[in-house]
Amino acid sequence: MSSTGPAPSGRRSPVSRTIALLRNSWRQLTSMRTALVLLFLLAVAAVPGSVLPQRTVSIEDVNEYFREHPELAPVLDRLGGFDVFGSVWFSAIYLLLFTSLVGCIVPRLRDHLRALRTPPPAAPKRLDRLPQHAVIPARDPDPRAIAAVLRRRGWRVVVRGDAVSAEKGYLKETGNLLFHLSLVVVLIGMAIGSWYGWHGNRIVVAGPDSAFCNTLLQYDESGLGPRVDSAKLPRFCLELTDFAATFTDGGQAQSYRATVLVDEAGGAPRHADFSVNSPLRLDGANVYLLGHGYAPVIRYTDRYGQTQTTVAPFLTRDANLTSEGVAAFPDANVDPRTGERDPSLQVAFEGLYLPTAPEEPPFIRSQHPEERAPAVLLIPYRGNLGLDAGIPGSVYQLDQRQVRSGKLTQIDTGKLLRPGETWTLDDGSTVEFVGTRPYVTLSVRHDPGQLIVLVGAGLLILGLTTMLLGRRRRVWFRTTPSDESTTSGSSFVEAGGLPRTDYPGFADEFRELVAVVQGGGNAADDRGETSDRDAAGVREGTP
Amino acid sequence: MAELSDQLLVVAILAYLVAMVCHAVEYAFGQRGAVSRAVARPERQLVGAAVGGDPAKPPKPVDEVPSGPARAPGRVARSVLAGRVAVALTGLGAVVHLGSLVTRGVAAERIPFGNMYEYLLALTFVGVAVWLGVLARRSALRHLGLYVTLVMVLLLGLAGTVIYTPVGPLQPALRSYWFVIHISAAVLSSGILLFGFVPAALYLLRSGWEQGRRGFPYDLARGLPDAGVLERFAFRIHAFAFPIWTFAIVGGAIWAEAAWGRYWGWDPKETWAFISWVVYAGYLHARATPSVRRSTATWIAVLGFLTMLMNLFGVNLFFDNSLHSYAEVD
Repeated sequence: MSSTGPAPSGRRSPVSRTIALLRNSWRQLTSMRTALVLLFLLAVAAVPGSVLPQRTVSIEDVNEYFREHPELAPVLDRLGGFDVFGSVWFSAIYLLLFTSLVGCIVPRLRDHLRALRTPPPAAPKRLDRLPQHAVIPARDPDPRAIAAVLRRRGWRVVVRGDAVSAEKGYLKETGNLLFHLSLVVVLIGMAIGSWYGWHGNRIVVAGPDSAFCNTLLQYDESGLGPRVDSAKLPRFCLELTDFAATFTDGGQAQSYRATVLVDEAGGAPRHADFSVNSPLRLDGANVYLLGHGYAPVIRYTDRYGQTQTTVAPFLTRDANLTSEGVAAFPDANVDPRTGERDPSLQVAFEGLYLPTAPEEPPFIRSQHPEERAPAVLLIPYRGNLGLDAGIPGSVYQLDQRQVRSGKLTQIDTGKLLRPGETWTLDDGSTVEFVGTRPYVTLSVRHDPGQLIVLVGAGLLILGLTTMLLGRRRRVWFRTTPSDESTTSGSSFVEAGGLPRTDYPGFADEFRELVAVVQGGGNAADDRGETSDRDAAGVREGTP
Repeated sequence: MAELSDQLLVVAILAYLVAMVCHAVEYAFGQRGAVSRAVARPERQLVGAAVGGDPAKPPKPVDEVPSGPARAPGRVARSVLAGRVAVALTGLGAVVHLGSLVTRGVAAERIPFGNMYEYLLALTFVGVAVWLGVLARRSALRHLGLYVTLVMVLLLGLAGTVIYTPVGPLQPALRSYWFVIHISAAVLSSGILLFGFVPAALYLLRSGWEQGRRGFPYDLARGLPDAGVLERFAFRIHAFAFPIWTFAIVGGAIWAEAAWGRYWGWDPKETWAFISWVVYAGYLHARATPSVRRSTATWIAVLGFLTMLMNLFGVNLFFDNSLHSYAEVD
């Protein structure tokens, strides 16, 4: 990168300057202050992801936003506003954050491993300078006996001459490191999921003629990770055989259940049930029930007497399953003698389906989601449907451009049909509302990173709790045999304690520990006095 | 049963309201005079000892000489009585509050977490229960009660009026055992985190007051415990709630996988839960960093509180595209 030539004498070479710069940047990046700023930036950067519609969440909302804000939307789009969580700047923030995290964790991991191997430090010369201090009289105190008492209580102990050093609470740092490392695990899991995962959404109407197989073309909407080969998707076919929904009298949904005939490669076709909250788990893919609705069956007999039937899933508009859609007959009115299509004689119906239609008009809203009094309001159109123009359009709406340009004209104000009813149009053709079939909206997904993320999340909570509950602290005991004692003729044990983290209960623990050592180390003598230097003034932090 | 629940809620709100008035009485008449300050001082030092605060400080110089004659001790005793009555009323309110929640659950024949009204009812109950638990151990923090009851009255009033939802059965999407796990963890942790805002905000006032700032709003902090005590208290509450909040998010993700096919989809509620998590993580980091001032760290906790509020109300009010829309406000 930089020139490797000899630098002029008296000045630092570009190489060393670059290295210094890199080292300083690295130090900056791994500092806590930078991490805090990055955390804050991450939170701020996520905000537009909730304010603006996101492509990954709802493409329809994004399209609507484009329609409503034609000036602003392209600008926001260039900035990644509709794909915030995949945008360069969002990625940059979290990648920097994770780099900073790793840069911070690795040295700490090294230190911690060293600390785990290092015995607790030697007792300070003056134990009475420590936040906790006690002197207990003891006859023939034995450091090894004190060490045994401490060890039984889970302390790491080392005996050096007449002094015992003990430390406890390494789990705090272990938990801390585990927490931060598990974040990396979660990130890896998410990356694997987005590289090797795929999903497809589609509507499936009940009946064998509407069965579908797991290939990309069969989906209304799909997303494939960059490392997924679309030819290698798991092979299975699904047919919706039954869909049952129950509702309260007030119209609130109580349960949904979809029954499908599954035909997986290497197995006989089998029936399977699934519902919201309990997806159908197949080999290499899960099938989720996301929604449901009604697909009216409309039969149209054109002016030449040719009959066509269409099953058109209608999109639900409210909780009572008032549904809207289009039944299109692009092949209507083909002259059977010449076989010639007249594109200006195509037929379509705008429809409003009411599972429970009111007795009286207006027929706008269904009164219950169950099919208690089903009826469909059809508005006929004739003309060029605009399907041949090659412009992708919605199958749930007529092409409004064709209507505006007059190529497609409404030929009647519409009529409400009950099942089995037929309506004769102005040109002698007839339309019949045959009935409905249920449909379900399915999402078929595979995410190989999911398990890794789950494990990472489990470790994260484990690490977090250990970290926040753990407390690092040290205690020392020094025995003074009677012949060496200078203060008085008797022997005694001196104890000192040091909490290494914010730990208000340490005074109590220390007092209890001293009492136990006094009892266990020298059970005969229990009239010792504990000089708790200042219970109200437990000092914090390291000396 | 549903009507009983509604009536109990009104009773609970009234109890909190009267408790708030009693706290205000104690606040107004108990802390001003020199006598009462002398009475309060040993109590405050006791607090410092109980939570391992700084070594007992010498009494602070009284910077204002009381203009009138010192109030009679009887007056102080009466204001202390008002404080005790306030606590008793808060306890009563909490019992009635719980009763409202239980009868609601009985009426709906399920756990009462099914919509935003019930969620808020449960959440505020967690808040008040934590407060009473804290009070049982640290009675000297009683002065915070004014703020706690104020928040309770506001939130419950909002719950009872704006976002009230009649009893109804659960939507199919909510019929999962994760419903209980995810939402109780969310209720518990956000209740505690929302409560943690009280000492955090009061610490900011108190530390300003201790640095000699006067006037509104710092004067409110005159009778409060030491800034250090409040700060440690706030930190401990947040540190306790953070893992539960994390668990609530993780539980939600596991449930989302089963219900919606993906464990994380940046739904507005998820996004704001993530934002809150990041902000509170920032607070815990800032708190652990010696070079960051405690007041700066506490400001981050206050920011976290705002993001929690945004998640609780804002997401349901401003964004109509959230999958968490059964918490909807019609």
